[in-house]
Amino acid sequence: MKIIVVLKMVPDVVEELEVASDGKSLSTDFLRLIVNERDAHALEAALLIKERHGGSVIVVGHEAPEIEEVLFSALAKGADRAIKVTGGAAEMTARGAALLLAKLLPTIPGVLPADLILTGCQALDDLDGQTAPLLACALNLPYLGLVSRIEADPAAQKATVAKEYAGGVHGEFEVPLPAVLGIQGAEKPPRYVPVAKVRAATKSQKLESVAIPAAEESMPTHVEVLQLSKPESTGHAEMLEGTPEELAGKVCEILAGRGLL
Amino acid sequence: MTGAIWVLAEHWKGELSDTTFELLALGRELADGLGVALEAVLAGHEVKRLAAHLGAADRVLCLEHPGLAEPNAEVHANAVAALFRARQPRAVLVPLTNITWDLGGLFASQLSVPFVNSCCGVRVVDGALQGTCLLYGGKMQATTATAEGPAIFGILPGTRQAEKGRVAKSPEVEEMAPAVIPARVRFNKYIEPEAGDVDITQQNVLVAVGRGLQSQGNVEIAEALAAALGGAVSGSRPVIDQGWLPQSRQVGKSGATVKPRLYLALGISGAPEHVEGMRDSELIVAINTDPQAPIFNIAHYGAVQDLLELVPVLTEEVKKRQAARVA
Amino acid sequence: MGHLATPPIKTSCEITLENLWQTAEGRKVLTCIQCGTCAGTCPYGEVMDYPPRRIIGMLRAGLLEEVYVSESLLNCVACYACKAKCPRGIDLTGVLLPLVKEQVLLHVPEMPVELQKALENTLRYGNPMGESPRKRAAWAKTAGVPIRVFSEDARTADVLWFVECYNSFYPRGQNISRATAKLFHILGVDFAILGNEEKCAGECGRLSWETGLSNTLMEYNMALLAKYRFHRIVTSSPHAYDAFKYRYPVLGFNYTLEQTVPFLFSYLEHLKPRLKRKLNYRVTYHDSCCLGRHNNYYEEPRELLRAIPGMQLVEMTHNRINTICCGGGGGGMWLDTYYKTKNQERLSERRAREAVATGADVLAVACDYEVSRFEDALKVLGADKKMVVKDVTELLAEALED
Repeated sequence: MKIIVVLKMVPDVVEELEVASDGKSLSTDFLRLIVNERDAHALEAALLIKERHGGSVIVVGHEAPEIEEVLFSALAKGADRAIKVTGGAAEMTARGAALLLAKLLPTIPGVLPADLILTGCQALDDLDGQTAPLLACALNLPYLGLVSRIEADPAAQKATVAKEYAGGVHGEFEVPLPAVLGIQGAEKPPRYVPVAKVRAATKSQKLESVAIPAAEESMPTHVEVLQLSKPESTGHAEMLEGTPEELAGKVCEILAGRGLL
Repeated sequence: MTGAIWVLAEHWKGELSDTTFELLALGRELADGLGVALEAVLAGHEVKRLAAHLGAADRVLCLEHPGLAEPNAEVHANAVAALFRARQPRAVLVPLTNITWDLGGLFASQLSVPFVNSCCGVRVVDGALQGTCLLYGGKMQATTATAEGPAIFGILPGTRQAEKGRVAKSPEVEEMAPAVIPARVRFNKYIEPEAGDVDITQQNVLVAVGRGLQSQGNVEIAEALAAALGGAVSGSRPVIDQGWLPQSRQVGKSGATVKPRLYLALGISGAPEHVEGMRDSELIVAINTDPQAPIFNIAHYGAVQDLLELVPVLTEEVKKRQAARVA
Repeated sequence: MGHLATPPIKTSCEITLENLWQTAEGRKVLTCIQCGTCAGTCPYGEVMDYPPRRIIGMLRAGLLEEVYVSESLLNCVACYACKAKCPRGIDLTGVLLPLVKEQVLLHVPEMPVELQKALENTLRYGNPMGESPRKRAAWAKTAGVPIRVFSEDARTADVLWFVECYNSFYPRGQNISRATAKLFHILGVDFAILGNEEKCAGECGRLSWETGLSNTLMEYNMALLAKYRFHRIVTSSPHAYDAFKYRYPVLGFNYTLEQTVPFLFSYLEHLKPRLKRKLNYRVTYHDSCCLGRHNNYYEEPRELLRAIPGMQLVEMTHNRINTICCGGGGGGMWLDTYYKTKNQERLSERRAREAVATGADVLAVACDYEVSRFEDALKVLGADKKMVVKDVTELLAEALED
């Protein structure tokens, strides 16, 4: 089976985020990027399928700070090829990136056709769409999101897939291959890869680099950010006082105000 | 071109969800602000009976077809997109829940219309719609604008009170039998979780207990409250370690990371290992006898009180209010 | 009194399974007489499929690869008990076990997620909690005494105080840091900290399986230390102490090194007159594995405690070289859930029970892992009203005249 995993780098929210002086974007002073958590799950899901059914895993990501380490780490975990897409606007949104990728993938030798394209079902910075359905539509492939389990049947060219609903309920779907799946979680957490193995991969393996053709470089932005700001934050709990009965009443008021009652 | 504001009604297993009413409340504000109609789009099979509840809208566009019986996003998106092209609404509010997740993305892609994701609010500003998006795990919000023309807004749960979207009025219902494309992705069945096997990461409400619970016998106090609020009981490490709750209920570093709409921290001190598993909860209410408990630094509301005294009283009050609402 | 320091093993980082027999320490492994003292002493010996004795047996039989896929070594908390009791003096904890653990990490099908996260966080953020490095020195703002940070003021300092992760990020650890700062201040110690530039010393990496991680941190810290001028390094963490003393020399580390407890002990004559407040505590001191068993600092902490007026010292059954590990080393800090799924009692609970049995009010500790572990254990045992856990520095600071 051939599986493509699309990864992207998103702001690491462990660090304090600040607004840049333009008031519309994130300050890059202390900004660190981390691989989108759901994309890491997508990679794990792909590796699990490869372990079960054989085949290859190709990882693709747009150029961004720290993505090289992520791509080498993917190779160290067992991916077969890692492709870095270069060029394009610095502030590419989910939509722009997905549409560009859909145009680019068919031009890279040995990538398409693939049996599965996996990517995270969501990302922290998805302003104007989610990568998975955008890719699926652009490539005219069947799609399902919020996937937490994939049982591939390569011979029958289909996969039985579980999608997450609330309250622990899952929906079981049958997806014909090839298809795009938006991954919520893999069956196991993303595997650990020892630092030494990543270092070894950095020395012994190569990343492929594919440039976005100049003609495609500028993508219109459909959604414009007028202002970026912090939502109101709370420093300390607002303390409530009173007898148990009074407190119960106050708590219920608060819950009702939030649509929880 | 109707230029109406549309709300995609969300229903699951035969029931309209609260989110639908939240969106109707929001949609009504926007429609009134623009001086246009508010229409609800109800797509499914044998769903016409649900239309009567959508009185907050001026009109319900009911797409009725056996092919829409199953939760197949591609099929639904396609049907709604066809209607969109025919009616040309001004904007569409799509809920962002597990049920409708796929719908918004596909729908927008099929129409090549801007999709404003992760909205915690939408406003009318100078005759245009501005969506406010919550980004980076809720750490930032972006006020956005779209180019002239229609736009689709993916709306997060909780933007408005569902109450405000429940209007006891009978809307005009327009029934349509859409052309429905064959499904590529086929729905097999729902798989319910094993009895007693609750996934706390999927709960909207968590009643979390810590050492302050004092004994296993008191777990039922928390369970009663959880049941009244439609949630589940979770616990911090010492509670799980002592076997008062199964491992699957553990929140925190060695347990699950949860982000429910409501996290009631009862008798939990708020140690870092615990907090890291729940600090992104939308509303945190903490009850602890220790005024210095670190939980109060991250909770939104708190009270210094013995949970064993407060919780039974709180449960009663919750039940009383819910009964009053239904009546 | 005084201590016999174990001779530093300068080459332990360069020992691999391939070159094991070409090194002095490696050849010592061959002298194992299979007596089983290691297994008998090991606090988790009864649940280990492969205690050190058996690992050596498998090694000799050419069957070591079977050990790589066993979860047995997840039970090793790197407490040095086996090494301390081995009649052949084989450095099991420092040399043999980390080498095998490294292979286990590569081969065991499923690694406990909590441990994995701790290692990933340490690599990315320089601390296992996954906190932003920019918050590492936040505790210093409320220390109540001036604390110099090298990156802001690069003048030479007498002491570079290496605070370490738990004492920087955990609220209890931060209390310990503030107490330590107070003590340094009143003793007139000229010190500075690395602040947000500081990253984990990497001991948890080495003894928790991850040489690559440990090497990355060592390289970083060596470069960082080279930026500033100081006469000696004092660290609050016995684990960091071990890392600097036994691992870092392979990268050329040759700074004068002390841990806080013996360091403060060397100031006892100056400190004692300032300990004016009477603390009527019955206290029992828990010997930490790194500070005590590995580096022989048994009497220094006790002398410090005895210097506090009103303190009554009682000993637990297992003290000094016989101490029972709190279970935090060797990655144990992040394996409690794993032990729970195996229905294994946590070592911290076993030890806390012993502490409570002494009738003491206070359990005194000197290692950054211990405070949270013992506080948790006392809660689980229902004894947290009877006994509190305090670091030696916290007790000293409490006894200072105001």
